[in-house]
Amino acid sequence: MSNSSAIDYDYSIAKAFTFATILFGIIGMLVGVILAFQMAFPELNNLAGEYGTFGRLRPLHTNGVAFGFALSGIFATWYYISQRVLKVSLKESPFLMGVARLHFLLYFITILLAVVTLITGFTTSKEYAELEWPLDLLVVVWWVLWGVSIFGIIGIRRERTMYISIWYYIATFLAIAMFYLFNNVEIPTMFFSNGAPSSWMHSISGYAGTNDALVQWWYGHNAVGFVFTVPIIAMIYYFLPKESGQNVFSYKLSILAFWGLLFVYVWAGGHHLIYSTVPDWMQTMGSAMSIVLILPSWGSAINMLLTMKGEWSQLQTNPLIKFLIMASTFYMLSTIEGPIQSIKSVNAIAHFTDWIPGHVHDGTLGWVAFMIMAALFHMAPRMYKREIYSKSLMETQFWIQTVAIVLYFTSMWIAGITQGMMWRAYDQYGSLVYSFIDTVNVLQPYYTIRGVGGLLYFIGFIMFAWNMYKTATSSRVLDKEPATASPMGL
Amino acid sequence: MFNWLERRPFFFAVGVFLTVAFAGIIEIIPDFAKQSQPTVGTKPYTVLELAGRQVYIKDSCNACHSQMIRPFKSETDRYGMYSLSGEYAYDRPFLWGSKRTGPDLLRVGNYRTTDWHENHMKDPASVMPGTIMPAYPHMFENIADIATAYANANTQKQVFAVPYDQEGMPKLGSWSDTQAKALEYAKIIAADMKDQKVKDAIADGKIPEIVALIAYLNSLK
Repeated sequence: MSNSSAIDYDYSIAKAFTFATILFGIIGMLVGVILAFQMAFPELNNLAGEYGTFGRLRPLHTNGVAFGFALSGIFATWYYISQRVLKVSLKESPFLMGVARLHFLLYFITILLAVVTLITGFTTSKEYAELEWPLDLLVVVWWVLWGVSIFGIIGIRRERTMYISIWYYIATFLAIAMFYLFNNVEIPTMFFSNGAPSSWMHSISGYAGTNDALVQWWYGHNAVGFVFTVPIIAMIYYFLPKESGQNVFSYKLSILAFWGLLFVYVWAGGHHLIYSTVPDWMQTMGSAMSIVLILPSWGSAINMLLTMKGEWSQLQTNPLIKFLIMASTFYMLSTIEGPIQSIKSVNAIAHFTDWIPGHVHDGTLGWVAFMIMAALFHMAPRMYKREIYSKSLMETQFWIQTVAIVLYFTSMWIAGITQGMMWRAYDQYGSLVYSFIDTVNVLQPYYTIRGVGGLLYFIGFIMFAWNMYKTATSSRVLDKEPATASPMGL
Repeated sequence: MFNWLERRPFFFAVGVFLTVAFAGIIEIIPDFAKQSQPTVGTKPYTVLELAGRQVYIKDSCNACHSQMIRPFKSETDRYGMYSLSGEYAYDRPFLWGSKRTGPDLLRVGNYRTTDWHENHMKDPASVMPGTIMPAYPHMFENIADIATAYANANTQKQVFAVPYDQEGMPKLGSWSDTQAKALEYAKIIAADMKDQKVKDAIADGKIPEIVALIAYLNSLK
């Protein structure tokens, strides 16, 4: 992992993906803020005709942040980390350079097309797999290109042993390929139109009913797992040691956590279907494995926290370390909360309520987005050969966003448990106490607080974007690459 | 062993793949065939209902409404009989949803009427004060895509052997048969509606999205 000045790394692709991360982050999070306020103030649904309703915007938000923002961040860090830990420059292979360029181009086009098609109502309805079949085919093409890039760079590596981060990227690539292919089995209906002028974009799922649900949540849960967890762990295993100058606490723990996570994660998908019509044993398995999942999740997180052993003072001096440590901490929170929600009796209350989006967001805002922003902050001085524009801006952003996340998940905890308890409340005569609308109206204040939390987070993200823009264009030029802590201006 | 693996990307990748794929193989395959058996009496959707289901999907109604009644007294009291696997046998895709910002709709056809839906979709607060559901005026303007619904039904029949055109099941026939039949069904629904534009469109041989959607919602029982 030492700096090798002999190799001239090529960051053009990493920079392109960094730009995409920021662009799609702004779009995806802005839509998220609009959605949050629509739930508190429903008049906001009708500002843009049929294109502005909650239903149309919701897939745009989830796809925008997961496959626009997070995936760009994953690709940006891949094209940065892979060269450095495998000790090879992209420039050395014109073929791999071409693959990487095409990967970026097709990816970028796909996300833009996704925005257009989702907002105009082309969706398969399956969560995180909403894109219709022509776009699915495009996704497969650039996913394969990414695979070629991964194994191509590994193939020409100088450092024989693959560092921990590389394991996690390999796992991301293979697992998502499998999940995506199986879950998106769909038949375009135009081939059976029998002379009717039907839409060529439309398709139906290859599975029906309960089977469709089973495959969907085997995918949906693991899209979360292998986009929002596995590659993010790849990042923290690289960036925390690099930024702090500390060695990873335990190699053995990293092995245990890696293989443990891969083995257990997929089983836990069943916890999305508790008390549904899938077989009972599968629900129980999903519930039990979700509890087991605490072990490998906390394994990685504790490994990261202990990496800071003896160097905790860096938290005071370096806001980038704050982001990394807070990300790790939110990862621990989120991976204890998820298993709690998977316990059958808790799930009976939590399922279908706002506690679920609350859980998703302490994971994505606190862990995924914090980690990705920290990674880009660390990469910026090395890619642009300039110091980070402003330390105080980064510090302010950190606190605004931390407060934002706390507002978000606390309000959603209260909202979710309130609603879950009201749905099941009986009076002394054995009648339901509340009509459904009562359980909606009671949530208004919490929806407002959540909206404010989301807005604060978005403001923090704009500060991040501004800081990155200034870093890339007008910050003080560095004469040599920093070894550990990233240099920052005031 | 791990040290050995970390230097051999091929075997490493194979190991990763097997570890990840294992759970899916054990979990999904054994019960797959059994899950897909329809409950006695379950029928495939008619073309107009399918067109309404496509509207439901197009506007992501499933983002806020579930179609999954769990086996608790508090749910069966509120929504009716709990869900059975076989009831979903013709649902492609499934529309269970994962969030109840609004109530469950699996059996909404048992307790809401055409007239109620019309008012609700045009101005939700007129029938449900305090609601946060958006209005959907565009559904009264946009024309439902019956052709795609017909292709949808045909795909189900030809690829997945869904029993259309069989004894006691919905008939598809040719494209023109379907058009006539869908319009006939739409007229029955529109007769219970007040909106003049909808009535005019139907008289003109066109079926607005709202009519198809109500046909679908009424079929949910």
